[in-house]
Amino acid sequence: MSDYEFIDHSYDVVVIGAGGAGLRATFGLAHSGFNTACITKVFPTRSHTVAAQGGISAALGNMGEDDCRWHMFDTIKGSDWLGDQDAIEYMCKEAPDAVIELEHYGVPFSRTEDGKIYQRPLGGITTRYGEGIAQRTCAAADRTGYAMLHTLYQQSLKHDAEFYIEYFAVDLIMKDGACRGVVAIDLATGRLHRFRTHQVILATGGYGRAYFSCTSAHTCTGDGSAMVLRAGLPVQDMEFVQFHPTGIYGAGCLITEGVRGEGGYLTNSDGDRFMERYAPNAKDLASRDVVSRSMTVEIREGRGLGADKDHIHLHLEHLGPEVIEERLPGIAESARIFAGVDVTKEPIPVLPTVHYNMGGVPANFNGQVITSKDGDPESVVVGLMSVGEAACVSVHGANRLGSNSLLDLVVFGRAAAHFCEETMTPAARHKSLAPDAGQNSVARIDSLRNANGSRPTAEIRLEMQRIMQGHAAVFRSGETLQEGVDQLKMTFSTLGDIKVSDRSLIWNTDLVETMELENLMLNATATIQSAANRLESRGAHAREDYPDRDDVNWMKRTLPWVDDNGPVTFDYRPVHQDTLTDEVERVPPKARVY
Amino acid sequence: MAEFRLPPNSRIRKGQHFDAANGSANVRRFAVYRYDPDSGENPRIDTYEVDVDSCGPMVLDALIKIKNEIDPTLTFRRSCREGICGSCAMNIDGGNTLACTRSIDSVKGNVRIYPLPHMPVVKDLVPDLTNFYAQYASIKPWLQTRTPPLPDQERLQSKEDQELINEPAACILCACCSTSCPSYWWNSDRYLGPAALLAAYRWLVDSRDEATGERLDELEDPFRLYRCHTIMNCTQTCPKELNPALAIAETKKMLAERRY
Repeated sequence: MSDYEFIDHSYDVVVIGAGGAGLRATFGLAHSGFNTACITKVFPTRSHTVAAQGGISAALGNMGEDDCRWHMFDTIKGSDWLGDQDAIEYMCKEAPDAVIELEHYGVPFSRTEDGKIYQRPLGGITTRYGEGIAQRTCAAADRTGYAMLHTLYQQSLKHDAEFYIEYFAVDLIMKDGACRGVVAIDLATGRLHRFRTHQVILATGGYGRAYFSCTSAHTCTGDGSAMVLRAGLPVQDMEFVQFHPTGIYGAGCLITEGVRGEGGYLTNSDGDRFMERYAPNAKDLASRDVVSRSMTVEIREGRGLGADKDHIHLHLEHLGPEVIEERLPGIAESARIFAGVDVTKEPIPVLPTVHYNMGGVPANFNGQVITSKDGDPESVVVGLMSVGEAACVSVHGANRLGSNSLLDLVVFGRAAAHFCEETMTPAARHKSLAPDAGQNSVARIDSLRNANGSRPTAEIRLEMQRIMQGHAAVFRSGETLQEGVDQLKMTFSTLGDIKVSDRSLIWNTDLVETMELENLMLNATATIQSAANRLESRGAHAREDYPDRDDVNWMKRTLPWVDDNGPVTFDYRPVHQDTLTDEVERVPPKARVY
Repeated sequence: MAEFRLPPNSRIRKGQHFDAANGSANVRRFAVYRYDPDSGENPRIDTYEVDVDSCGPMVLDALIKIKNEIDPTLTFRRSCREGICGSCAMNIDGGNTLACTRSIDSVKGNVRIYPLPHMPVVKDLVPDLTNFYAQYASIKPWLQTRTPPLPDQERLQSKEDQELINEPAACILCACCSTSCPSYWWNSDRYLGPAALLAAYRWLVDSRDEATGERLDELEDPFRLYRCHTIMNCTQTCPKELNPALAIAETKKMLAERRY
């Protein structure tokens, strides 16, 4: 095993992932004097935050009246009352500060006539508790995520944060229920590194690649939630997978909801603006789950477009070339390249496409990872935090509102850094790790690198992705879900027969993709089994056999534990229905109509 | 007589050939640069026949299909697959571009795929970009101000001023431009290259930035800036259709105007 000697490091804090949340936490900590390492499998500006388009939500009121209480109401309603109201209050109140801070860092926001940050309308975002349409989404043209990610990386350079770039985090080092460090492999050399630390912050993003068709990057493989599951801890609310209404038909690339915010609309094969029937008030700007379901119904009832009547048209040609050039230049480019469409003249063919994971690692609004233990549903896991899409705080509940994810990143990335500042001291003494700490990772890497079964990684991955796409989609039923659960168990078991062809140590992407597949498989298993387990419809989880929301039995969070070999056990946590302060009133559950 | 051959350890061998599966109707041939650092052998060109009827339209789709179905050892970077993350920059059909936005149809004949030129190759299509990133960091690519901002309000910026930074701030750091530049090939140890200079320009023209003088001081150097000889490969190759050559020319102009 001489190939695998550890290189040891000690840090106050180790952040895993360099997307928006990971970078915000990293330079916040570096700025406060904590010896911080950020481990990332891609160069920071390649992280998937870069692909966010529409914008970031904050009640600045630059384009008309707004109030963070309305933002809070919209988010709770959007979440179908599965969001924690205390965390949502925190996020919505912090939002204006967080966005102003980003502007001060240099984000090239689009501007209003009087030089303020430009804000656009987006789905589910209203004034006066649902009465009017609010312009709350702060935008840098249609590449807001790109603008933010680059700016956050620039701030990390400014604060001289320490990065381990193109290092793949393999597993957490746990001792007595607490996290003590992490093992990572350096892609460039294949050397293993063992990080000893007081706090690991997981900011590893979502797992869209568990599905066949998604807007997510190839790197969105749920590494953090899988590490948590392998550490014997649960994940949370994995059945809630957001389908974005407008992925480009075929390619799956994202077309921002900002297109509809700027006045774009959807039509079926009759040329009918069908959203008027499903959401008479909000129309094309209803919540994403609502629009995706409506599109799916239209297609099912034979009103889809194309030879196979299997997609919908998104129109923006009426907006005129100037508006498109100024506010949606990236969309024009994507539509031209991936759909061969000139958006000033013709509609874009689109389809609901997997986009975001509301579920993830259970965490509170400080970023601390929690679990249900000995009857305590808020039991903190010492030494482990999680932020961003990887985490489930949960501010998004059963359905995330557009432009709340970029907000989630910066607000909770910053909150995690603040929490460390308040509760830790820089350069505190480390306990020594057990001599065999991390050896399980060595065994795993060695067996995978030499795996010589009969099924290549890509084959098993494709099978898993097709099962998820076919059985845990926009609409679900007990029958199809159970079929999916059974099929996925079979696929899971074939991981033991996997074949890796690349035996090298340097930049072995075959090995990395195999470890990512193991991660995806754990996430997929938690997702489809949680979906089969939840007998109601709420937000993005739409059961045809249980079409109504059931607040009596299901106003609670699913906590699945997934065994290394696939079996799943469940527990539940309550939803926080009370607000953080008495400055705002709680929003009691009611029917969700747009 | 000058010898125009590569040193023996850099000469590219002919590699393996992988036939298309039987019954493929629409076959295209992909000639891909391979270098395996573990073996110590010379680089080689492997050719893969791919049925493009069962493949997505982009060169990246073909590379992924090759990796998934023919040769899992083929190594390249990729992530967003929609032209915004900048991971899959490589040399395709003689030009630097992103594999995810370059369509297979746009290439005539064999699709020749090499790593970005003139960079150390780590493995196959993966170049070492350490120096490129260090040059980006060296221009201090963050907002520098002396005037403290109002704590609860954004800095104001007119739409016209915002438009100045819109394009230069859209660079995705893919390195296509710098690695297409002959000046950069020869002097990348001292010349910053078009990507870093475009990034520097983005801050020079940002109305909010207050370090214009210092930034220009840093650039006023026979190598860092003035090794640009207006060859324009950068602008021609940029997959995002940005114009680093113009940004460099404008920077030179700012320096000239400052002198008088």
